[in-house]
Amino acid sequence: MIDRIVSMGAMLLLASLSLQAAGKYGDLDHAGSNVFDQASVQRGATLFVNYCMSCHSAEFVRYQHLVNDLDLSEEEVLGNLAFGDQELSDYLLAAMRDEDAEEWFGVVPPDLTLTARSRGPDWIYTFMRSFYLTDDGWNNTVLEHPSMPHVLWELQGIQRAVTEQREASGGEVRTEVVSLELDQPGAMSPTEYDRAIRDLVAFMEYISEPAQLTRKRLGIWVFLFLSLFTFISWLLYQEYWKDVKK
Amino acid sequence: MSETESLDSIQPQTDLGRRRLLMATTGVIGAAGVGAAAWPFLSSLQPSSKARIVGAPVEVYIGNLEPGQLTRVQWRGQTIGIMRRTDRMLEELPGLAERLRDPESSVADQQPVYARNVHRSIRPEILVLNVHCTHLGCVPQVVPEIGPQPFDSDWKGGFFCPCHRSTFDLAGRVFRGVPAIRNLLVPPYSFIDDDNVMIGMDPEEGAA
Amino acid sequence: MAKPAINFSRPFEVVNDWINERSSIAEFNRKHLTEYYAPKNFNLWYFFGSLSLLVLVNQIVTGIFLTMHYKPDAELAFASVEYIMRDVEWGWLIRYMHSTGASLFFVVVYLHMFRALMYGSYQKPRELVWILGVTIYLVLMAESFMGYVLPWGQMSYWGAQVIISLFGAVPYIGDGLVEWIRGDYFVADATLNRFFALHVVALPMVLLLLVVLHLAALHEVGSNNPDGIEIKANKDENGRPRDGIPFHPYYTVKDIFGASFFLLIAAFIIFFAPEFGGYFLKPDNFIPADPLVTPDHIPPVWYFTPFYAILQAVPDKLMGVLLMGAAVLILYLVPWLDRSPVKSIRYRSWMSKLALFIFAVAFIRLGMLGLSQESSTFELRFWTFLYFAFFILMPIWTRFEKTKPVPERVTH
Repeated sequence: MIDRIVSMGAMLLLASLSLQAAGKYGDLDHAGSNVFDQASVQRGATLFVNYCMSCHSAEFVRYQHLVNDLDLSEEEVLGNLAFGDQELSDYLLAAMRDEDAEEWFGVVPPDLTLTARSRGPDWIYTFMRSFYLTDDGWNNTVLEHPSMPHVLWELQGIQRAVTEQREASGGEVRTEVVSLELDQPGAMSPTEYDRAIRDLVAFMEYISEPAQLTRKRLGIWVFLFLSLFTFISWLLYQEYWKDVKK
Repeated sequence: MSETESLDSIQPQTDLGRRRLLMATTGVIGAAGVGAAAWPFLSSLQPSSKARIVGAPVEVYIGNLEPGQLTRVQWRGQTIGIMRRTDRMLEELPGLAERLRDPESSVADQQPVYARNVHRSIRPEILVLNVHCTHLGCVPQVVPEIGPQPFDSDWKGGFFCPCHRSTFDLAGRVFRGVPAIRNLLVPPYSFIDDDNVMIGMDPEEGAA
Repeated sequence: MAKPAINFSRPFEVVNDWINERSSIAEFNRKHLTEYYAPKNFNLWYFFGSLSLLVLVNQIVTGIFLTMHYKPDAELAFASVEYIMRDVEWGWLIRYMHSTGASLFFVVVYLHMFRALMYGSYQKPRELVWILGVTIYLVLMAESFMGYVLPWGQMSYWGAQVIISLFGAVPYIGDGLVEWIRGDYFVADATLNRFFALHVVALPMVLLLLVVLHLAALHEVGSNNPDGIEIKANKDENGRPRDGIPFHPYYTVKDIFGASFFLLIAAFIIFFAPEFGGYFLKPDNFIPADPLVTPDHIPPVWYFTPFYAILQAVPDKLMGVLLMGAAVLILYLVPWLDRSPVKSIRYRSWMSKLALFIFAVAFIRLGMLGLSQESSTFELRFWTFLYFAFFILMPIWTRFEKTKPVPERVTH
């Protein structure tokens, strides 16, 4: 009997280990993006190619992928999402050359194909909504002193920081950003802007793992099939074990 | 283990119908599962989507192709020969029927319908041909000269495969008595204008 | 006179006889399946051996297919994994089966090992089975570490950097040894290339050989059971154990059921949570390896974290490495540390039960501490102490504790 209690205890501990949240970046707003909402992903794609791709690439994504996965025709992808003489076999590469970027920003802008997997959707969502203007230029509450300017400021408007003097544990007084305030409205209302960023995040989630569209749909069927097989094999096991005297 | 001398710990059941049924059901469902699981693995060996897009149509400029000249391009890893035939070459084609295995191009999948004619092309003078030998895939040499050759004393111009001595005429039709039994393959192609040909795309349609 | 019936099983019999006259397959079947008598009282814990075998097969099959598309080149490796995920038909499924399989391998192996500790499956006459098992575990650690390097992401790269540097703790030859393992002056293409060779060719062969030996050694002495009773000690007039049942069909049908339930769980992870909250696939490993940027935090994969915590508990590099090594190698001594006359925990006193419980808690707690960057040194040392106390004090309590009488026949 005791070994069963021990095993239960071990299982519970194991389960609690797996539930331990891996909170890495502190408080982030929940993106609430839906990668299965095709219209949202398509709108996100437009934002991505128009704004992000001036500097960033998505070097593992081809225009052909967008045709296959987003239910767009070849003409729509080449006409609306690609520039100049891009072909379907081309990758989503930044307009800017790496050497120029290094000169202008000090760093080569990171590739964005997998950012939704390395940073997570919530991080992107919060980051894109947390730029504020200071006397020294753009800053961000998620990533302090980013090399990246606020590319979408025309849409969001200009936010400024509300600061407060706070006493840290060591006794020194520090100025901390407590909230952001919209100082000058942009082309979009805050609700519209949040929705646009949610679309962008949905697109970035999609490019980070295009297979997830198939994966989750197929998973249900695999799960049902294996449930059936488990049930039948349990019946078979019970049937044979009738022989075994207790 | 026999039924008569059963183990101390075992008491075999007498009614085995249900057992056989369950065994068969588990077997069938299990086999279906293994089959379904094998599919992704076998499927992963197909050309990937990257390989397929490399197989996209290829545009070729033929404005500078001299009469009698053959140019080669790669399409889907295959060598495609494009030749501007002379009038003299075209005149020889109908007369060869006797010596050919399939002069009428009757094997349907060896060429698109629009190339199923005596010169096996859209425009009579422009030949577009997958020049891999239909025997074992070598690339034959083009021997356009008319006159006796070591492999044929009555040569009217054509292709000669050095691997196993198969011969084809200047429309890619195979001669009798050689290892190859099919005419050279005509890939789907179309003309964008007088001087540009698109390999891999049918006329008036999408990519093949 | 009856018409001669067409016997459809005839060709099968002919082939069967032909093979049997030329091989010992039938004898092998008898010895290891139909006349291999296993105790009839196996419980849930006895699924994990056959499940380990199932995962091993999965790793080999998926691994072979991944090898067809993966490129072991520092310039190409990361992109080739993304190529598998995006461009190869079903490549994502094969990759997730392999990455999830790696973690599940350790889940089932850890449970399998815990089972052995609980029921004394390492005791005489099964010491060799245990020694081969611990060796399998060691090789598996090397195998999974090298496999983890192959995607060539930030965690692959810096994980390799940290683990290989541990060898630098060896006195006198440490630095040379590290260079020799890396094949370069930093973790580089040469390192990736040799890890690939070891991961896909050398170690799998060793692993397969060890698994065969582990099973051969087990079948020589027969399986233990939750009661820790030798079923061979009580045989009927035909020389068959009274508490034994033929492995086939009884345990084959039971293991099929166990395997299908396990696959259900595995499929759930593969299709709905392949990253498993960052435990199976780490977020930082989706950033290509960059020798110039060290991530803020480089924790190993979850199955190594208990030993990583033990490493951190010691302020000296060499001592830390030695203690970490000792934490694994001490497992070899268990058959001789245990002095108890009974095998199973069922017939031991509260002392064994408490000790095993504390050991399990210490192992899991160390695993949790190893994941975090801000673990307190006190806690690290406390649980490390308990981890080792389990082994070091084992000869004492097992000799003095009062055991219960073990029944003649197995119970349920």
